[in-house]
Amino acid sequence: MRNPLLSLALIASLWGVSASAFEIEDRQWVGPENARALTVISTTDFDILAPLMESFLRNRPGVAVDYVVASSSELMKAIADEGQTFDVALSSAMDLQTKLANDGFTRPHQSSATALIPGWGEWRNHVFAFSQEPASMVVSATALTEAEMPRTRQALITLLREQPDRFRGRIGTYDVSLSGLGYLFATQDARTSETYWRLMELMGGLDLQLYCCSGAMIEQVADGEIFVAYNVLGSYARARADLADRIVVIDPEDYTHLMMRSAILLNDAAQPELAEAFVDHLITAAWSNPPAPEYPFRHPLGAPGPSESARRPIQLGPGLLVYQDREKRKRFLGEWVSALRQE
Amino acid sequence: MTRRAHVSGSIRRRLLLQLLGSAALLAAILFVTVLGFVRDVAEESHDSILFASATSIMDSIAVNAGEVSVDLPYAALSMLGNVSDDRVFYRVSRAGEVLTGYSDLPAGEATVRAGQPVFETLDYKGETIRMVTSSRRLSLNGAPTDIEVSVAQTQNGQAAILARLSRSALYLGIGFFVLSSALAIWSAQSSVRPLKSLAQAVSRRGPKDLRPVSRPVPSEMAPLVSSLNTFIDRLGVSLTRSEDFIAEAAHRVRTPLATVRTQAEITLRRVEKEENRGSLREMIRAIDETSRASGQLLDHAMVSFRTDSLERVDIDLAELARELVERLRPVADLKDIDLHFANSGTPRMSGDAILIQNAVRNILDNAIKYSPPERQVHIRVSGDGAQARVSIEDEAGGFGTTDTHALTERFVRGENTQGVVGSGLGLTIAREVAEAHGGTLTIETSKSGAGACVTLCFPSH
Ligand SMILES: Nc1ncnc2c1ncn2[C@@H]1O[C@H](COP(=O)(O)OP(=O)(O)OP(=O)(O)O)[C@@H](O)[C@H]1O
Ligand SMILES: [Mg+2]
Repeated sequence: MRNPLLSLALIASLWGVSASAFEIEDRQWVGPENARALTVISTTDFDILAPLMESFLRNRPGVAVDYVVASSSELMKAIADEGQTFDVALSSAMDLQTKLANDGFTRPHQSSATALIPGWGEWRNHVFAFSQEPASMVVSATALTEAEMPRTRQALITLLREQPDRFRGRIGTYDVSLSGLGYLFATQDARTSETYWRLMELMGGLDLQLYCCSGAMIEQVADGEIFVAYNVLGSYARARADLADRIVVIDPEDYTHLMMRSAILLNDAAQPELAEAFVDHLITAAWSNPPAPEYPFRHPLGAPGPSESARRPIQLGPGLLVYQDREKRKRFLGEWVSALRQE
Repeated sequence: MTRRAHVSGSIRRRLLLQLLGSAALLAAILFVTVLGFVRDVAEESHDSILFASATSIMDSIAVNAGEVSVDLPYAALSMLGNVSDDRVFYRVSRAGEVLTGYSDLPAGEATVRAGQPVFETLDYKGETIRMVTSSRRLSLNGAPTDIEVSVAQTQNGQAAILARLSRSALYLGIGFFVLSSALAIWSAQSSVRPLKSLAQAVSRRGPKDLRPVSRPVPSEMAPLVSSLNTFIDRLGVSLTRSEDFIAEAAHRVRTPLATVRTQAEITLRRVEKEENRGSLREMIRAIDETSRASGQLLDHAMVSFRTDSLERVDIDLAELARELVERLRPVADLKDIDLHFANSGTPRMSGDAILIQNAVRNILDNAIKYSPPERQVHIRVSGDGAQARVSIEDEAGGFGTTDTHALTERFVRGENTQGVVGSGLGLTIAREVAEAHGGTLTIETSKSGAGACVTLCFPSH
């Protein structure tokens, strides 16, 4: 019964407002019109979470979900800078979620559902993870032979060094200055290994294409526009069954970062109880064993993909605040840009 | 007759209360001390982590191309996350100008000097935070400039840890109290035990046992025991003295009485007038009573004296009884009473022969004295190795409604004593002798119902 009810007037008015405010990518209304609405701001595409929202609304007549999609940095801007009121924020940018929780924009929550989450999956009852997804490489299945598939970063470096002309303009990654998730992946990469800077320098020399989001990169690879996309959400790529024969999703064997998509309950929520129920619903769907059938991601614990030793789960905690430091961010972006510019 | 003591308080209870009180006090002190200690340690370790974090931030500050740059190390904040899930705030400033971090973080009261970090507990964003501020001097374009780094963390995790440790400290205190209470009860019990056992030993004593207390006692009880011994001593002396006095008195009365009686009998023979003879007979009877009484008093005094320090010899109870029967047979013959002696077994025992003789004689004497003429008296001696027994059964009509127990008290006589000379001491003597030897005196109606059956029973050893 996927029947999102969209109010054109609403969208119009919203676009009007957002001209000066944070940028909305998509806005969907699930449930009856004029119903009591739970407002959710999220970085996750509507289609992915729609089944979960529908199952949430199934036993709640008179309740609707107002689902706003924004990039993680716009989400941060909306809440931290503009003081927009939402009930729940869902984001893949763990550092931003942590910063919101640390800086007092969230409220704690404890329930039988949150008890399902292991210690590493939540932070001080404020940040609740509901998925664990790898930062993968997406490679064109047509452009590269099986033997050429880069299983590690070193292999990718070697490949690019050996055939620079073949890959010039054919590699892509996140624009870390635009995408919160891209920034998270990049900073964690930089923290983990020097290889990252070498890779960036090399890619910078090969006319690296920059993207806002994983979806765009995946499609570009599938279309053969680019051959290799680095630091793409593996979960999104694997979810695209329609592209399965054109792309290969690789979780690098040297190390693969695992990001946790998380939910936070915001202060000044208009529907605090509904918000808690929704977050509990998400958590229960994610952390039950087995997870709910409508749960769109792989089960966080049993997630196959990167081998055990290559898994680098990004940990929730104050460490994530470091790269959100103004100076640190400026410095990192500066280094990143200069690495890309290098010949 | 035992008199109730006037009780005020209890040593054991007082001791117990004092011990419990001090245990509770010590437990409370222990709890507070441990709690304070734990709190200090927790605070110190929290402070040292905050300081380590501030130091690592400080170390990342450098002057680059005439500008102060801060390169926040990842570990500086992530190390705080390892301790607890608390909110973390920091600020780097130069001469009051915030370089990075939370600019609204409150400034501490104290002035910070280089190398001397300042720890403060403050309020920020509605929560209590612990903040360290340290300072360092850098050279910027040749001029000195002071850099201040503050790192702060909320204290929820700290509070949770403290709550847990407080609980442990509480359990420790309670455990200490329970354990010392158990020890207190035990020591209160054991410290009054010597008192109890002395009391028991004294109250277990026979009525005639006036030996001094010789069991070892704790030094605190030595004064009590020695005054008790002195008291017993004095009691013994005064008892002996009064018994001596009675014996002496009886003895002194007896001899002149014998003279008086002889004279009265002689006079009786001479006097012819019937009313004078009557009063003379009355007189003789009174003299007999008095003489019997003084004789029995003397015997009783002798019994009391000899039972105090019993000298035991081997006695054949059968032989002893037979001799007595023979000695009293002439008396019985006067009333045509037949004495039947029977012995079964070997009734051997150890004891004071004179006392036993006295006891048996008094019983046999009663049997003869209270029997009407021409009756039978059976003297049966028996022994089975464990006990030696002599029982004397008569046909004197028994005790009627008299309480046989009371008859063994001094000077108590029954209802059947009309015209029978006696003092009421015979059965008293018999009972005291029996008890002094660890035996019993039983007074019953005989099986036939015709008379009494009085039995003396002694342990053989
Ligand atoms: N065999 C007996 N038959 C009946 N009554 C007895 C018998 N023996 C004792 N009595 C009763 O018990 C009382 C106490 O006896 P006990 O021998 O102590 O005193 P007593 O015979 O009166 O005086 P004495 O000191 O001269 O013996 C007696 O007065 C008598 O009434
Ligand atoms: Mg008598």
